[in-house]
Amino acid sequence: MNEFFGRLSWEAMPFAKAIADPSTSNLIGAGAASLVVVAGLALVILLTLKGYWRPLWSGWLTSLDHKRIGVMYIVLALVMLARAVIEGALMRLHHAVALDGQGFLSAEHYAELFSTHGTIMVFFVAVPFVTGLMNIVVPLQIGARDVSFPLLNSISLGLTAAGAALVMISLVVGEFSTGGWSGYPPYTGRVFSPGVGPDYWIWAITLSSIGTTLSGINFAVTIYKERAPGMTFMRLPMFVWTALCSSILMVFALPPLTAATLMLALDRYASFHFFTNDLGGNMMNFANLFWLFGHPEVYLLVLPAYGVFSEVFSTFSGKRLYGYRSLVWATMAIAILSFTVWVHHFFTMGGSPYLNAVFGAATMLIAVPTGVKVYDWMATLYGGRIRFGVPMIYGIGFLVLFVIGGLTGIQLANPTISFQVHNTLFLVAHFHNVLLPGVLFGMLAGYTFWFPKVFGFRLVESWGRAAAFFWFAGFSLVFLPLYAVGLMGMPRRSYSYDVPGYQPWMIVSAIGALFVLSAMAALVIQLVVSIRRRADLAVPAGDPWDGRSLEWSIPSPAPDWNFAVVPQVEDRDEFTRRKEAGIIDAERPVYADIALPRNSVQGIGHAVVGTALGFALVWQIWWLAALAVLAALALVIGRSFQTDTLRVIPAKEVEADDQAFRRLCRGTQAVGRLDETSDRNRGLALPEGAA
Amino acid sequence: MPGMPPDPPERPKFLAASLISGAMVMGGCTVDGLTFLAPGGPVARSELSHFTTITAVSLIAIVPVFLLLPVLLWRYRLRGGHGAYRPKWDYSRPLELAMWGVPVAIVCVLGWHLMRNAFELDPYRSIDPGTPPLRIEAVALNWKWLFLYPDHGIATVDRLAVPVGVPVEFRLTSDTVMQSFMVSALAGQIYVMPGMETYQYLLADTAGDYVGRNTQYNGPEFAGQSFVLSAVDETAFGAFIEEARTSGLALDAATYARLALPSDGADAAQALGLGEGQAILFKSIPDEFFTSLVQRYMNGAAMQDWAQPGAPGFRLPQDPSPEVPNAGASAP
Repeated sequence: MNEFFGRLSWEAMPFAKAIADPSTSNLIGAGAASLVVVAGLALVILLTLKGYWRPLWSGWLTSLDHKRIGVMYIVLALVMLARAVIEGALMRLHHAVALDGQGFLSAEHYAELFSTHGTIMVFFVAVPFVTGLMNIVVPLQIGARDVSFPLLNSISLGLTAAGAALVMISLVVGEFSTGGWSGYPPYTGRVFSPGVGPDYWIWAITLSSIGTTLSGINFAVTIYKERAPGMTFMRLPMFVWTALCSSILMVFALPPLTAATLMLALDRYASFHFFTNDLGGNMMNFANLFWLFGHPEVYLLVLPAYGVFSEVFSTFSGKRLYGYRSLVWATMAIAILSFTVWVHHFFTMGGSPYLNAVFGAATMLIAVPTGVKVYDWMATLYGGRIRFGVPMIYGIGFLVLFVIGGLTGIQLANPTISFQVHNTLFLVAHFHNVLLPGVLFGMLAGYTFWFPKVFGFRLVESWGRAAAFFWFAGFSLVFLPLYAVGLMGMPRRSYSYDVPGYQPWMIVSAIGALFVLSAMAALVIQLVVSIRRRADLAVPAGDPWDGRSLEWSIPSPAPDWNFAVVPQVEDRDEFTRRKEAGIIDAERPVYADIALPRNSVQGIGHAVVGTALGFALVWQIWWLAALAVLAALALVIGRSFQTDTLRVIPAKEVEADDQAFRRLCRGTQAVGRLDETSDRNRGLALPEGAA
Repeated sequence: MPGMPPDPPERPKFLAASLISGAMVMGGCTVDGLTFLAPGGPVARSELSHFTTITAVSLIAIVPVFLLLPVLLWRYRLRGGHGAYRPKWDYSRPLELAMWGVPVAIVCVLGWHLMRNAFELDPYRSIDPGTPPLRIEAVALNWKWLFLYPDHGIATVDRLAVPVGVPVEFRLTSDTVMQSFMVSALAGQIYVMPGMETYQYLLADTAGDYVGRNTQYNGPEFAGQSFVLSAVDETAFGAFIEEARTSGLALDAATYARLALPSDGADAAQALGLGEGQAILFKSIPDEFFTSLVQRYMNGAAMQDWAQPGAPGFRLPQDPSPEVPNAGASAP
């Protein structure tokens, strides 16, 4: 029996741990595990009672529609965000009382928390949110019907979801790594961490990194090959440019990570010596590979956020984006420079000053294109008519708070300052300062901005504003104090501290955590209220924000085929051009049959198989691992026998749908921008100036 | 700031530094001995000065954002804003030149400072080539530091004394997982890795107690892995050495193995048979001890778990085990 379940035993359950030693820390662990189990069961029961299994299967899980895949990515990101935010809040609350070894978390539990928090936030919140938004928006903005490889897209999602599933399983079965999100050996090697924790980390990351690499290939090809006629590179909407650069980064940055985690796996499973202490292993090689991925990764995440803000600043100022060419060049410059700075993550390894000086200076160079971007956005506001919709509010919060992160980034670029604040909470404050106001605010702005395009109704403004302000207050209160204690030498990843002077800052930080929790609650309430009021908030005419790019020219929700007729593009702000020229009513489109990809079980199949393989490898259940590999092969072989992979929408159906939309638009009352957030907004915009 | 630094810092930088430290102190915390905001030596003082310079220059690009953004938002707001609406305006050559030019100029200035500083404050650069440095060899263990004074033949755990005004050369290695050595008020940190040596030069020009610690997570007791470095006068330093020589234990293979078991400093003292609160001092150290610890990972043979301190499988040599751990701990 022991052989059958590999290393898995009853003691691996956190419930068993809590029964054996009912400390607060263990009870929190068991509570979290119960929550996962109960929530999972509740979901299954709900789906069964409501009869939702079939629509979930055929409408979502097996769908190859880029919009639905995008939505599933974002749902995954939001679910994981909820868990990781709670973990972050637990750590902050713990620190408020953790002077001299007090506090309610044990050292090991705290270490697991910072490891899962970081791993989840980077790989299972930020990456899926960005990928999800790219999925929804890129094909719509370039006038395409889908991505280049819809099946691959679904498999990418499946692999990412499998990674996330492993992290969730680690909460219930066994434990997660205590080696942080960066998992540095030798600490995470077999000798020093013989348990299953680092294995969960390795396989979760490996699965998701492969998924992300495939996404990168898919989107780069899509943007190169699927643009509508007339959409030259210099007419690409800014978000698409950032998505392109981000995709290129995915293609080049993720493989070093996959290599590093697999090498660590070889060390752990097969007694290799890549990163061990003995036999010539070198832990700095891991750091090198990890950050060769890790630094481009931050830009891979933040560039699409820059893209969202570019769209938001332009749209909500009612004017063209200032300095488009500068922004494009700045984006490309950042993408390339991001591969030249990774050593700044380990200036402290004792490298020569030549090495540190060169990588420090390269890091500072990135401040130039980033600064240009900030000023370009401000110039976009100049001469505009600025509306303070929720995406714009996130944009303003981003500009104010992000430059603080920029300042501390410049400071950290200096090797001699890094010597002092590396590995302290100053560093933690810095990267949260770029990842929250940068990536998270950008993604939430994008979520609010494009939500009506996908679901056909706006999100309510009031709760959206509340969420945004809670995020600003929460971020500032949680992380600005961490700069102070970081400068005072408090190391990151320590569950306790013995300097009483840290405590007041920690208490402020814990209060901030309550604001962040409120922000999460406001987001949930916003979604629930909006769904209830969806009839009032509906924008069927498709253009709630007086949008400028092609996605706003089609109905909301967007039809499966996106565009009834592939648009001919003549301007950077193509939809604005059409509205101003008044040519929309005069159009006499010629419709043709449209071929779309049929549903496929491959994505969900690989998700299940990937999860099983990961679980089997973690617990060394070799028969299950073999079975999973065979199942994956069977899936691939099965697919190669499928020849009927497209379904055709007849021209008549497309025509009927498009003409109905045109009639609806003619019968809709257009609103000015003053009425943008009122229920009168049905998605038809009055020409600017009439406001 | 107590005492007179040998090399008075420039006034504006000093002012800025005082402002930062002042703000911290008003924020309800003591920073003396804890951080480079209250530097106790030239290295940390230069780092603080560099920090304030960099911050001041960067603010040239950052302050305008805080000033201009509210003006723009107010003037061009849809409801009641008075700015002229220019929906097609999207380019201005002079503005473009300023937007690229100013950051480039700032980064040139910052980059020059950065490079100069990277060389001046290279941790491997000796501070005063004229004076022979005090040599200290540091061995990182879980979760404590073993400090060897090879010139005096003594060693301590989690306790350091150095004479004021004398350059100190730290030669560092780890006999477990990777760690990072930092005495913030005197100098920055440097990684400490098994099978490798790193160096850190520093100097304390102000007498006092300075907190040092490991900053790289290495297990449950990581949070408590700190030590005190006392910068004292020559007499007190002599007394410190003498105390170790008279009341210390002998550091041999068996003692070292017990020390290397996973424990914090206090537990280690107990394991070595010392009373509560008693400092761990060694009156003697084996020849080439530090080198042997570095070399034990480099002898071309695999090391068993039980021979690697910090591993859950690490065992004392006298415990029943198939063979004696190779090299290192039992070498001398």
